[in-house]
Amino acid sequence: MTMHGMRGLSVFISDVRNCQNKDQERLRIDKELGNVRNRFKNEKGLTPYEKKKYVWKMLYIYMLGYDVDFGHMKAVSLISAPKYPEKQVGYIVTSCLLNENHDFLRLAINTVRNDIIGRNETFQCLALTMVGNIGGREFAESLAPDVQKLLLSSSCRPLVRKKAALCLLRLYRKNPDIVNVDGWADRMAQLLDERDLGVLTSSMSLLVALVSNNHEAYWSCLPKCVKILERLARNQDVPQEYTYYGIPSPWLQVKTMRVLQYFPTIEDPYTRRTLFEVLQRILMGTDVVKNVNKNNASHAVLFEALALVMHLDAEKEMMSQCVALLGKFIAVREPNIRYLGLENMTRMLMVTDVQEIIKRHQAQIITSLKDPDVSIRRRALDLLYGMCDVTNAKDIVEELLQYLSSADFTMREELSLKAAILAEKFAPDLSWYVDVILQLIDKAGDFISDDIWFRVVQFVTNNDDLQTYAAAKVKEYLDKPAVHETMVKVSAYILGEYSHLLARRPGCSPKEIFSLLHEKLPTVSTTTIPILLSAYAKILMHIHPPDQELQSQIWAIFNKYESCIDAEIQQRAVEYLALCQRGAPLMDILAEMPKFPERKSSLIKRAEYSEADTAEQSAIKLRSQQQTSNALVVTDQHPANGATSPISVGELSLVKVPSMITSENDTSTDLSQQNGALSNVDTQPPSADLLSDILGPLAIEGPPGATVQSEHNAISGLEGGSDAVDGSAIVPVEEQTNTVQPIGNVAERFHALCLKDSGVLYEDPYIQIGIKAEWRGHHGRLVLFLGNKNTAPVVSVQAIILTPAHLKMELSLVPDTIPPRAQVQCPLEVVNLRPSRDVAVLDFSYKFGTNMVNVKLRLPAVLNKFLQPIQVTAEEFFSQWRSLSGPPLKLQEVVRGVKPMPLPEMANLLNSFRIMICPGLDPNPNNLVASTTFYSESMRAILCLVRIETDPADRTQLRMTLASGDPTLTFELKEFIKEQLISIPTAPREAAPAPAAAQPTPQIPPNDPAAILAGLLS
Amino acid sequence: MGIRFILMVNKQGQTRLAQYYEWLTLEERRALEGEIVRKCLARNEQQCSFVEHRNYKIVYRRYASLFFLVGVDNDENELAILEFIHLLVETMDRHFGNVCELDIMFHLEKAHFMLEEMVMNGSIVETSKANILSPIQLMEKAS
Repeated sequence: MTMHGMRGLSVFISDVRNCQNKDQERLRIDKELGNVRNRFKNEKGLTPYEKKKYVWKMLYIYMLGYDVDFGHMKAVSLISAPKYPEKQVGYIVTSCLLNENHDFLRLAINTVRNDIIGRNETFQCLALTMVGNIGGREFAESLAPDVQKLLLSSSCRPLVRKKAALCLLRLYRKNPDIVNVDGWADRMAQLLDERDLGVLTSSMSLLVALVSNNHEAYWSCLPKCVKILERLARNQDVPQEYTYYGIPSPWLQVKTMRVLQYFPTIEDPYTRRTLFEVLQRILMGTDVVKNVNKNNASHAVLFEALALVMHLDAEKEMMSQCVALLGKFIAVREPNIRYLGLENMTRMLMVTDVQEIIKRHQAQIITSLKDPDVSIRRRALDLLYGMCDVTNAKDIVEELLQYLSSADFTMREELSLKAAILAEKFAPDLSWYVDVILQLIDKAGDFISDDIWFRVVQFVTNNDDLQTYAAAKVKEYLDKPAVHETMVKVSAYILGEYSHLLARRPGCSPKEIFSLLHEKLPTVSTTTIPILLSAYAKILMHIHPPDQELQSQIWAIFNKYESCIDAEIQQRAVEYLALCQRGAPLMDILAEMPKFPERKSSLIKRAEYSEADTAEQSAIKLRSQQQTSNALVVTDQHPANGATSPISVGELSLVKVPSMITSENDTSTDLSQQNGALSNVDTQPPSADLLSDILGPLAIEGPPGATVQSEHNAISGLEGGSDAVDGSAIVPVEEQTNTVQPIGNVAERFHALCLKDSGVLYEDPYIQIGIKAEWRGHHGRLVLFLGNKNTAPVVSVQAIILTPAHLKMELSLVPDTIPPRAQVQCPLEVVNLRPSRDVAVLDFSYKFGTNMVNVKLRLPAVLNKFLQPIQVTAEEFFSQWRSLSGPPLKLQEVVRGVKPMPLPEMANLLNSFRIMICPGLDPNPNNLVASTTFYSESMRAILCLVRIETDPADRTQLRMTLASGDPTLTFELKEFIKEQLISIPTAPREAAPAPAAAQPTPQIPPNDPAAILAGLLS
Repeated sequence: MGIRFILMVNKQGQTRLAQYYEWLTLEERRALEGEIVRKCLARNEQQCSFVEHRNYKIVYRRYASLFFLVGVDNDENELAILEFIHLLVETMDRHFGNVCELDIMFHLEKAHFMLEEMVMNGSIVETSKANILSPIQLMEKAS
């Protein structure tokens, strides 16, 4: 019975081979499966030889892609056969057919163990191999010590030990704890003294896995690896059998260099010098030779050496040597070398600072983008993507665009995604970005995912100066004869929102825009029609005076789609028709879309996602995680309030910042004292109470794993609080270090910003903080403009928002450094949860030269920002006024100490706070009636009504009545208006007559119901 | 992981040997083999030996009518794998004497034995042809 002797198997294979078509093959296979199944049923008559034959048949059938759902037990049972040939088949076929979770495997675990600890080394090899290939956790737990023993045993022959090494690798992957034994790392280092290159080859694979998880434990292996590498590179004591085309085992050389890439650095000067000599020899001594195999093998070593040099961040000279080599490679004829040249250049971008040298090869790389080989084109695309920065973005993106029309379909999606990301990341100006995206849609519309056009819409919406340009641009595209549907979508959206900005241009009247869009309607799918309908509704809304003809045309379209079978289309048609017919006030719903919250590009997220790999972390990836990628440095700065601070800010939001009451000049003290409104509220010594208030939540709920930075937050938060009690919103953290004086009056700036939406919040000799805000409903979007006024960088920038409980605030990343004369923009999202007069504080610090500056600035995210003026009719007003009959929903108070002002001025003041005067509702000309809507997340929109009765004889007092559907809102708004009437922000000092006797400021914690009640009863 | 699978496929796309080092279901294997065979067999001599597929790479080499396809992780040293294929072929050559598709087909078990000696758990165990072949030779002597 020889190896060649399985005649039945040969006949079967030959039969299958001779099958003319798939059907015949299927028939033949089915027949054979039936046969094998039958034979297995009658186990008695089966000789070991037959068993072996049938099991091989099963494997063959399985290999051809047919399911073999029986006989697995037969294969497993062969493992226990006493003779080698059967046992061997059992092991091999089992490891092909079963996976590690298969129950049958568990049955074999004892046999396997007996083979491993037995004396028969061929059996040992078989068992180790199978466990190495499919052993699971159970094997790891029961076999690891035995396998370790074999690997380290001096009496064991290399043929067993090399298998033990890789078997252990498998077990280690299943359960990393198996190497947590004392002295394991030392034994691993000893293992590297091995002379047998087979044992070394497999041990090196084991070591790669070990060091990739924890290099710290294996420092002692490092010099040994260098020694092995040196031995191979110098071809010392390398048996002929391990020399491949004259090169001492290229595979072991590669693996050894791979191990070295997991150590961050090599400190020992001797080892370092030896290694660099070896590397230098490889870099310089690798010549191109005629023999393909020799050439490949030597270049395999060379590329690994390049990777190691990059990793070690060698001297500049060696690095430029590497780039020069790669530059040579990307231009050679040999496609493999070209491919690898591009690939390694891309890796080089990730790990070291050689971008400028690589840029010199840009032309050659662009040529590779047109290589006949798609693999090479891919590499070129990746490299161009990686090396792109502000300086070459225009060139590269334009190349990509140009290439797009000729690129093969498999690459177009990736190509357009990458072009879109680069255009976004490095756009010198936003109109260029819009151009690029529109070109992309025009050239490769089918490959443009929705993300891409959503993103351009976001940009256009968020940038006012871009809107006219984008509208004009999409109109140009629409004028072309054939327009891709994605273009119709983006055009319809943009023209719907912004085509009124073009109205004066020729060919851009609402009517013309409408017909331009409408002629596309018959060609588009049902997903686009809703966008078109929205555009029509918006166009209609922008026409002043209304165009009857266009209106009836559009209404007719809505009418038509009212019964459309597509639910989305139908709903829009019905709603738009109803809205249009309601007339002007309700058309507000169709007003311009609000700005989008600043978010990370979903494109970039997607690109990152697609790079996710299931494999073990590679050395390069590990490195690039530790180090910011060079490709990103150009735009992304290290965030100062990075990963940890959102958490700490969240914790800090428990701190109450009562800065509204403790405004700079203490006018509110005067006020509350003078008008006596709050005087029967128990006044507490604020400092102690506030401190406990501030300390309380921090002490208890401070983040347990808080870093040093968040501790700092906590401290500054505390100081901010106690300082606020002293009555100053801007305070130095430590008097002696804060020598920088602000320019202008910080409090005045704040008050001004309460009334308007953009301006300067803070300025000192080094820095200026501007603010631009937009408010919509209970949402706000502020942008902080941090401008460095000097020619040196401002460093250690930290911005922490101390959020009062009624707001939700999220500050985007603030860079650690602001370059000279640069301005960075940090968006800040605000959500209003509840009515409250508490104010958010920006705790801002930076270092300039030796000056450490820390300021705490109130942010103008104040109550009136969440108001929307609303005009109500007399009927609406009075019915509401009557239904809110008394406290706590309706409150009345006589206010004294009002700054005298004529009635129209007071009306203007209220209007400026978005509380809208409703003239004519009150018959008394000395009274004002006003209304507004307050927006918060918890209550949505609530109507608020105000009545102010003044006494023409004494303008320093008035009676104010406030009504709303929410008691807290009524109270807070009343207090808010009172504050404004008494202390006129633009001239605060005049407004405050000196108090006769100082009394502590009454504090009403916003959430304390008792206090609120007390206030209401007054 | 290193090597994820080794496939030997003829130019008609029929699988002659398949060895996986990560568990895939039969359906996954069929789909994968179909996809990569289509991709690799369409390529010509002037193109490089590396094809990117999903999140890994195929390093392949053609010998007469037979393609050797090795699936590896993205960060594997491609040229080392390419020459490893050649080492495998030379080893088979040494045993069969000018190995051809039929040798592998009709001696599937031997091809598997050799592969077992060379790769384990996705890593290279042995690169000395003599060491790789010695168990087979022992077995043949014994029988």
